[in-house]
Amino acid sequence: MPRPLSTVGSMALVTRTRTRSDGRGSRAAGGSADGPGSGGPGDGAASGAAARRTPVRGAARQPSLVTLVWRSTVGKKAVMAVTGLIMLAYLVGHLLGNLKVFFGPDDMNGYAHWLRTIGEPVLHHGWFIWLARVVLLAAVVLHGVSAYQLSRRGGAARPVAYAHPRRPRNHRGDYATRTMRWGGVILALFLVWHLLDLTTGTVNPRGEEGHPYENIVATFGTWYGNTVYIVAMLALGLHVRHGFWSAAQTLGVNSARLDRGLKLTANGLALVLTAGFVSIPLAVMTGVVS
Amino acid sequence: MNLHLRIWRQPGPDAEGAMTTYEMTGVSPDMSFLEMLDTLNEELAERGEEPVAFDHDCREGICGACGMVINGQPHGPERTTACQLHMRHFADGDTIDVEPWRAAAFPVVRDLVVDRSAFDRIIGSGGYVTAPTGSAPEAHATPVPKAAADTAFENAECIGCGACVAACPNGSAMLFTSAKVVHLNSLPQGAPERETRVLDMVGQMDAEGFGGCTNTGECATACPKGIPLPSIAAMNREYLRAARRTGR
Repeated sequence: MPRPLSTVGSMALVTRTRTRSDGRGSRAAGGSADGPGSGGPGDGAASGAAARRTPVRGAARQPSLVTLVWRSTVGKKAVMAVTGLIMLAYLVGHLLGNLKVFFGPDDMNGYAHWLRTIGEPVLHHGWFIWLARVVLLAAVVLHGVSAYQLSRRGGAARPVAYAHPRRPRNHRGDYATRTMRWGGVILALFLVWHLLDLTTGTVNPRGEEGHPYENIVATFGTWYGNTVYIVAMLALGLHVRHGFWSAAQTLGVNSARLDRGLKLTANGLALVLTAGFVSIPLAVMTGVVS
Repeated sequence: MNLHLRIWRQPGPDAEGAMTTYEMTGVSPDMSFLEMLDTLNEELAERGEEPVAFDHDCREGICGACGMVINGQPHGPERTTACQLHMRHFADGDTIDVEPWRAAAFPVVRDLVVDRSAFDRIIGSGGYVTAPTGSAPEAHATPVPKAAADTAFENAECIGCGACVAACPNGSAMLFTSAKVVHLNSLPQGAPERETRVLDMVGQMDAEGFGGCTNTGECATACPKGIPLPSIAAMNREYLRAARRTGR
């Protein structure tokens, strides 16, 4: 399919040399192919609405890094990958902290208090936790907005479904892959409830500030608390199972050599996170933690 | 073999289409899928009906012209092109659904024929080298590391049939574009345009209305030439590198 070098090709070479200084070169896709009629080197000025489908990138239009990242599907996926990894790193720390619930109320509540003292005296009391919240909120918003926009785009790119009932041929983690979008929605809804329950205490049956241990036990003393939490953690495991490997793929880390290791790491992370988080409601239900 | 075929019939780009049923008798298991359709078309012509339009050219699996979704899978149940798929992979009495590639960027022209010129425009935006290469050079004039040559060759196998787009739930052309980018960016001959190639080809791919990649892997399993999924990772790596280097 690559077009053999012809007079058209050498014309493109001339045009390219002319704008070489910007490091991008100019080209009009398709435009160079049916170029002779389009006026050749002058097309930079002539390009307007007519070239909307075949964007010309000359010196005047050298895109910024932000444009290259946010406007392209590849770049937007990179945003999703980075924000996803930020949230994943947070979750690993969050899990390690939560497991202090097994060491009793003093450990847990002391740990929660310590979180507010990180960075002192450089940072004021509680500032670190607010900085972390700002970063996490930005990550959630960017991740969600990117996912929404890319989903809309994907739907528009495939407007007609196949008549034949289609079974995915790729069996690797296909359930996790297919549930990324709705799983993400479930996780976002869970996040709202989770913050109202254990951060603000608004919907917590006990809701006593500074006593996370008692609040956790109160939440997992209710049937709905357990149900919502366990369902969300299963969704989290599926999301991480595909998401971690997908992030490596998106950021260009994956290769034929690393593929298997990355998939195993993704599965391991998903398993550890889900099992770790679910162990807490299970411990409350069975009376190990009370 | 006797077969029940359900084929997408659509008289023109803007016309309504529908799955239409045809009964086939006496199909030989040694026929290729396209030969089976040829036989159907002869019968249709004899009856004075319009034959089923479909793309085909070399019929030996190397040109990328043919392509149709057979029973929900691009090129059918085997990892090959529709022209190299043989009827022995089906059973007597089977119902076979035949549909065109479905993607917004590949509008249906007629029946099973879709317009894949979006791929040509992606190639036109950067899928070439500007160095005057002339005739085949002496083999050692430009040393190419073995690993780079292997990667380039593996990706150069892409025949641009569009099965990856047809298989993708997002109608994404990432596997096609990555095969072309990785093929040329792996070689010293492609090095001068390394950054512009990936930025422009991805830009054109997006402008054509293909969807984004969600790494479902459907493309790589559908690809008759076995372009590997890590090629997409390699293109992402090239894109992010080029964006860092040339973005303001």
